[in-house]
Amino acid sequence: MSRKTEILVVGGGPAGLSAAIVAAQLGSKVLLVDDNQHLGGQLVKQTHRFFGSSARDAGIRGFNIAEQLLEEAAGLKKNLTILLNTTIVGFYGDTEAGLLSPERFEKVTFERVIVCTGAVENSLNFENNDLPGVYGAGAVQTLMNVHGIKPGNRILMVGSGNIGLIVSYQLMQAGVQVVGLVEAMQTIGGYLVHASKIRRMGVPIYTGHTIVSALGTDGVTGAKICRVDEKFQTVPNTEFDVECDCICLAVGLSPLIELFQQADCKMVHVGELGGLVPLHDVNMRTTNPHVYVAGDASGIEEATTAILGGRVAGASANKSIHGESAEAGKVVADAVSELRTLRSGPTGERIRWGREKIEKEITAC
Amino acid sequence: MSLRIDDHPVLSFKKGRKVSFLFEGEKMEGFEGEPIAAALHAAGVRLLRHSPHKHRPRGFFCAIGRCSSMMEVDGEVNVMTCITPLKEGMVVNRQEGHGVIEP
Amino acid sequence: MLINDGIITREELATVLPTDERFKKGPVAIIECLQNIPCDPCVSACPSKAISMKSGITDRPKLDAARCIGCGLCVPRCPGLAIFVLDMTHAARSAALSLPYEIQPVPKIGQVVKGLDRSGKQVCEAKVLKVMSAKKFDKTHVVTIEIPKDRALDVRAIRLA
Repeated sequence: MSRKTEILVVGGGPAGLSAAIVAAQLGSKVLLVDDNQHLGGQLVKQTHRFFGSSARDAGIRGFNIAEQLLEEAAGLKKNLTILLNTTIVGFYGDTEAGLLSPERFEKVTFERVIVCTGAVENSLNFENNDLPGVYGAGAVQTLMNVHGIKPGNRILMVGSGNIGLIVSYQLMQAGVQVVGLVEAMQTIGGYLVHASKIRRMGVPIYTGHTIVSALGTDGVTGAKICRVDEKFQTVPNTEFDVECDCICLAVGLSPLIELFQQADCKMVHVGELGGLVPLHDVNMRTTNPHVYVAGDASGIEEATTAILGGRVAGASANKSIHGESAEAGKVVADAVSELRTLRSGPTGERIRWGREKIEKEITAC
Repeated sequence: MSLRIDDHPVLSFKKGRKVSFLFEGEKMEGFEGEPIAAALHAAGVRLLRHSPHKHRPRGFFCAIGRCSSMMEVDGEVNVMTCITPLKEGMVVNRQEGHGVIEP
Repeated sequence: MLINDGIITREELATVLPTDERFKKGPVAIIECLQNIPCDPCVSACPSKAISMKSGITDRPKLDAARCIGCGLCVPRCPGLAIFVLDMTHAARSAALSLPYEIQPVPKIGQVVKGLDRSGKQVCEAKVLKVMSAKKFDKTHVVTIEIPKDRALDVRAIRLA
């Protein structure tokens, strides 16, 4: 069995949805594929209001943004086909992929593919980190915000980036007590307004601390924490135990990049972007001219940048097939300009360094 | 204390119908369509399997199908319960080690 | 310090606090947003155009306290829940503080709740004067509480039970 499309989009989170919507709006035939039962990626779990520009969804809750994108996609049925519960199992040459769903295996030929596979949670090394009750922050959000189930009654959060801070707040909204937040750096990593929010609700933030071990035999019953110095060395005689029934790890994400490696895209390791990413230009095109990238797979950032990167990729892929058009050009220009604004300012510094590394490498190619 | 959230300040949860299933021979309840691991979690079960070599207790980690939630469901092993939807009458057991795949 | 523990010090607060003179005139907003992050919904939320970000969305919001009428419409719009409205003219010994609230159950008018400082410590009791819950506030309620005047710069959260 096989099917044909113009632009294949892998992954229906904010990046993939946006890429598919833009490409379909510009007139391309698009096939959007996602391995979940529903579209929206991580956006459906976000209950907090988004930051950024009010011209682009700031102040709106993440899951409402997802609903908006889904509505937009639903209005493009003429050009946009969606397959759920379907995994891309591999690329066969430059323009063919294998699709696996519970019902069948089939091949699809395409002219361009936009890979928006997102990222996976990092784990952390500490004794007993494999005990039942040690969950990634994404898992905690899925349980709470998608399935309406508390991950526990007393949680210890590890990591003070935006995810750790935001999920701590969401836990309290779900009626869960957050016994503390542990951060190995000496300062808080995420936005300070998020930190203030949970601090004034009584959550202690232990900067310069790390988790030494999870306590419990068949499941988490507590955690051992200790202080660390600026070089992340444990400070002797500073250990203390906290009682908890769940440990949530919010210690970063790593891009999911297997498909790029399969497509022989040149990869580069950029710490600021979360690890190995496919080299790509400002149009989100990789070193394989058929393959584009957007979202966390292009570097760990946020949903807003995923949406904008997806729009760039969708318009660029369309342009590369049909030639330049005023409409497509405007989509790219607007999105690139918005991305620049979002990444300006002190909190965007790391991302800017990371993106500069990519620009340097791709011009050298 | 039930782990199901009754009153959320921002979200409302649409659940499928209540269904019963078996876990280790014991009758349990959950909602049709939610992941098996979530239904078990709500019922207080976090230990989903034991690791192959050191027999360590394991639960899930990521909830998107890339971790350690493999269990035996309706006789089939290595079912990723953190993403597999619950159906009425399912027979769910802890998986010990790698599980055995029938030829 | 804010960056170490999420708690704004008095010195840090002084950079955004309206003057004593302004407080004598009636309710006014305090925007406790001290970091340059890409974010600007507060600007368009203000019907009096009292909030500005001259150099773009990564600027810190600046409040023109003279223009601010203390209406509180900015309070539920801030994604960081960092805006409060303080009315020091409420009564002789007490002030009225409006804060954003997104936890269930939402308190009722007349209810006495605990007033918490920025570290989550209870520092006073607070009577609920008003609860604003509009559809356009999108599930963020604005709760106004009565607190002792000498706690007006400390209390920034409430606990019910």
